[in-house]
Amino acid sequence: MECQNCHIQPATLHFTKIVNGEKMEMHLCEQCAKNKGELMGQNNFSIHQLLTGLLNFDQPFKKHSQTNSFTTFTSQKCEKCGMTYEQFAKIGRFGCAKCYETFDAKLDPLLKRVHSGNHTHSGKIPKRGAADLHIRKKIALLKETMQDYIEREEFEKAAVIRDELRSLEKQYGNKKGE
Amino acid sequence: MSLERFISKAISPWMKESGPDDDIVLSSRIRLARNLEEYTFPILTHQHDGEAVLNEVRSHVARHANDDLAKLELLLMKELEPIQKQVLVEKHLISPHLANDAPYGAVLLSEDESISIMINEEDHIRIQHLASGLRLKDVLERSNEIDDLLEETLDFAFDEKRGYLTSCPTNVGTGMRASVMMHLPALVLSQQLNRIIPAINQLGLVVRGIYGEGSEALGNLFQISNQMTLGKSEMDIVEDLYSVVTQLIERERHARETLLQKSKVQLEDRVYRSYGVLQNSRIIDSKEAANCLSDVRLGIDLSLIQGVSQTILNELMILTQPGFLQQYAGERLSPGERDIRRASIIREALKLNEQ
Repeated sequence: MECQNCHIQPATLHFTKIVNGEKMEMHLCEQCAKNKGELMGQNNFSIHQLLTGLLNFDQPFKKHSQTNSFTTFTSQKCEKCGMTYEQFAKIGRFGCAKCYETFDAKLDPLLKRVHSGNHTHSGKIPKRGAADLHIRKKIALLKETMQDYIEREEFEKAAVIRDELRSLEKQYGNKKGE
Repeated sequence: MSLERFISKAISPWMKESGPDDDIVLSSRIRLARNLEEYTFPILTHQHDGEAVLNEVRSHVARHANDDLAKLELLLMKELEPIQKQVLVEKHLISPHLANDAPYGAVLLSEDESISIMINEEDHIRIQHLASGLRLKDVLERSNEIDDLLEETLDFAFDEKRGYLTSCPTNVGTGMRASVMMHLPALVLSQQLNRIIPAINQLGLVVRGIYGEGSEALGNLFQISNQMTLGKSEMDIVEDLYSVVTQLIERERHARETLLQKSKVQLEDRVYRSYGVLQNSRIIDSKEAANCLSDVRLGIDLSLIQGVSQTILNELMILTQPGFLQQYAGERLSPGERDIRRASIIREALKLNEQ
């Protein structure tokens, strides 16, 4: 694919932006992407800069300047690392794990944009660090299965699961009590 | 050092293994981003924290005497020469960011260089596992094992709702980037790839050149990877990528067949011209070298050229990068000097190969 700007070099940066359902695609070579970056007042065209464009989600069509719509968020600051939402919006990266909690209220729309509409994790869970979560997930699953059996009036099977649930809940309760 | 020895040391041992579909898929890679809960992310890190993170990972690894972690070698970025770092980048073992902008950066490398764990890059820990051919599921499994070993005593930043917390929101969730390096000369030659790339993008996958973000697709080599990391499980992401890659393989094979049937002489002409250039040129830039190597590799895959090893493209693509050329020369070289050196290394390597 050739660069849509210079039509000479092959395009190496493919960027898709969807704003209010309207899709815009850009295919640029490195040089043109750099030049475009400079036009927008940036000297490096990286994923983080693309991202900071997305962070401006209240007014997607407003031009880049550093004192626009972020002013409404200035009061918020991460307790642990001291990062403000303004700073985050500027560099496109969080300062620490706690930032996710601090800015939680604003994250859903951002994450949805970046991750094709998703904002909740459904992958791997750490074995040791989130052992509780493993048990809780298992309990939830077993409860669902038990409900199924009850609805199908297979009470003997439901009873087996109920016993399993009890021992799991006991185990979980003990762990929490530690 | 003789060229033969230099090559054997320069090429990562994992690259020499054969793998499924390795006529088209050069390598499969999984990268997992992890952070330690206690410390600020590396963009904000000062010396004290940077060293603390490094020491924690180090002492964790030291506790493992018998498993995979025990055999890793630690390299500190501040102790390496710029050319040494560049060579590691060219071998895909560390990122340019770690080499250039990570003052407390380090990497743990396995002996066969298939595992590399970057420390204090954009995230505290980045586990990378590479294998030859199309082996995403195996690679994911191994990466998970390493992740589990690290998690035994390190407290990773994890949230029930958001998953593994990363510095950049584009990595949050699984923290996983799965990618496959493919050689697609026939799809480029028949101009089909232009139409395929937008379709791939719509599936949440990205197509890039050989050295990642922003790099040009040299030598018809393309890296296909997942864009989103949140909302799908690791296995689902890998399966999606796998199914796109297998379709691309099929199309590339079909395009090669068509080329052979419809324009065999033209194809042979192109392949042998490129072979001739590589055997005879005295000055060659990296772009021309990559294109000729791609042609020759295609010729080998289609049995038009005999007696040259299949791995020549993978090997020489890496060996003719600026860092390697300068390491072999033992001195800094200007771009003009590099083009001369590149031509001579390629000539010699082909001669070695023919013997």
